[in-house]
Amino acid sequence: MADATGSAIGPGRSARGAICLCLLLLVLLAGLSCAIGVNQTSPLALLQDPKAAQLLLISRIPRTLAVILTGATMAVAGVIMQLLVRNRFVEPGTTGTNEAAMLGLLGATLLAPALPIFAKMLCAAVAALLGTLVFLALARRIPPQQPLLVPLVGLVYGGILAAAAGFIAFQADLLQYLAIWMSGEFSGVLSGRYELLWLAGVLAGLAYLVADQFTIAGLGEMASRGLGLRYGQVLGFGVVVVSLVSALVIVTVGVLPFVGLVVPNLVSRIMGDNLRDSLPLVAATGAGLLLVCDMLGRLLRAPYEIPAGTVFGLFGAALFLVMLLRRPAHG
Amino acid sequence: MAEVTLLRRSGRRLVPLDRRLLVLAGLLIGAAASFIGWGLPWTDGAPSVYILQLRATKLAGLICVGTAIGLATVLFQTLSNNRILTPSIMGFDALFLLMQSVMVMMLGLATMAQLSGFAGFLLNAGVMMVAALLLFTGLLRRTRGDIQLMILVGVVIAVLLRTLAVFLQRLMDPSAFAVVQTRMFAQFGSIDRGALMAAVGVTVLATLWLLRRAALLDVAALGRDQARSLGVRYDLLHMQLLCIIAALVSVSTALVGPIAFLGLLVTSLAHSLMQSHRHALLLPASALIAAIVLVAGQTLFERLLQLQSSLAIVIEFCGGLLFILLLLKGKLR
Repeated sequence: MADATGSAIGPGRSARGAICLCLLLLVLLAGLSCAIGVNQTSPLALLQDPKAAQLLLISRIPRTLAVILTGATMAVAGVIMQLLVRNRFVEPGTTGTNEAAMLGLLGATLLAPALPIFAKMLCAAVAALLGTLVFLALARRIPPQQPLLVPLVGLVYGGILAAAAGFIAFQADLLQYLAIWMSGEFSGVLSGRYELLWLAGVLAGLAYLVADQFTIAGLGEMASRGLGLRYGQVLGFGVVVVSLVSALVIVTVGVLPFVGLVVPNLVSRIMGDNLRDSLPLVAATGAGLLLVCDMLGRLLRAPYEIPAGTVFGLFGAALFLVMLLRRPAHG
Repeated sequence: MAEVTLLRRSGRRLVPLDRRLLVLAGLLIGAAASFIGWGLPWTDGAPSVYILQLRATKLAGLICVGTAIGLATVLFQTLSNNRILTPSIMGFDALFLLMQSVMVMMLGLATMAQLSGFAGFLLNAGVMMVAALLLFTGLLRRTRGDIQLMILVGVVIAVLLRTLAVFLQRLMDPSAFAVVQTRMFAQFGSIDRGALMAAVGVTVLATLWLLRRAALLDVAALGRDQARSLGVRYDLLHMQLLCIIAALVSVSTALVGPIAFLGLLVTSLAHSLMQSHRHALLLPASALIAAIVLVAGQTLFERLLQLQSSLAIVIEFCGGLLFILLLLKGKLR
């Protein structure tokens, strides 16, 4: 419950301290991320050497921002998805959303290669929307006593879409593209190449404005209708936000598995499920963890890089396993 | 000893002369003949020996892989007491690929190159058996009774193993990376002859071992408690079967790479065709159907559609659809 002193939009008082702490940590991490790289620079050199400042502005700051935006928005998309499906184990990667977006992107690349990137992104978003709606229809047919079936169906459904994409890409000789979209990484991010991600950030901000409604929607359709919520509208808005965010992220950096799955679960254990309190924390934690993974990927084999998605996939999958096996088994 | 009597009672014939099995065998022979004979270039009234050799190698590989996948899936479903699980869904082939990456890292590429083919395959399969035993005995024990949890954990383990393999490959030098990379996709185009010999050997041995114990497997399928009270040394059999599954998955993954849903397609077909729980019928039926699907599919793809190596993708697509249908029908139990 948000406490009565909380403002109309912002988090309740109990959450503010935690959020400030998280933001402080995030700023520190971002500073670190800007300092790491093949080219060693010191803060002093920035003032004397215009080249160093250029490097920072063109490559490192954009990269850091891209990681922060991606981590935050994917985590937010995950938490929205979890409330709407009412299942702890879903995120755009386990509902076929990502694969559907890839199919859309592939279609756009094949049929209209001359389209500007924004138009291609929109095609991906529309496809992601359709794919997610189909998944929701599938998920409704799964009995609520079997919560673990939902992500399983989602994973296989995503696999089917991926197979379709693979077949098309194979025939059209576009497998390379698929491989690039499949592994999320930030090595290619430069100023002018990542700005679409700000749009995802704006969408996550919009989602925060109606955080309370998502929280209520998480109680289920009957209960939220009984409380006077326009359930259909909230559901529609949520699916649109999730699809757009996934499409934007895939077009700019590629698929990042498990971010939307692990982060909301971690935060929810500590904070509960009142989105107005927890959403900023979810976003900050997502951004922070992804930053750590990106930096690890840059440091482990410098000067080569390991994709942030791979590093996160490793930790994410391990954490997810722990989450699954620590649940009390129900008979 | 109930086991001894079971083994003795199971008759002299390894495979019952069921009419449906004979039809399947006929179909496989037909598919194989068209695979070899269709579009064979003739010079001076004799077929080109080179092409014949190529096709024969490929055909042996496909039949071997089909048999391995068919058998392994039936066994895994017997062990887990459930109709929609396959070794591949639970991450067995991901484990094989990971072991390969680990071995390339530890032994270096030069050693691996010397070990390629026959010896390399046997070493790989051995390492894989140990790893599978460690991983899956624990998994099957820990999640027994909660089938949903078992599947989901298996799927996540598969993702984890794949990611780990990719991670290790990123740490390798590029030339080693390229070698392992070629193994990550199912491909029926290039089959290594040395590995093929070892694979055929392993598959034949496993097939004989299993067919002799078909009746024992029928009892084991009743579940641990039932089987034990009927005198089956269940835990020992469980370990033996896990080892055999690991070996068979090694066979198929080493030859053509991972194929996730073929096993599921095949066992579902076998069940609906045979309408029986007897392993003496199910094992050969699954093996035959898998071999038919691979040989006929590859024939169509290569000769008719002129497509290369996307057969695996089509199998994936159909198998995935079937999986979801079965799930939604509530076939989990």
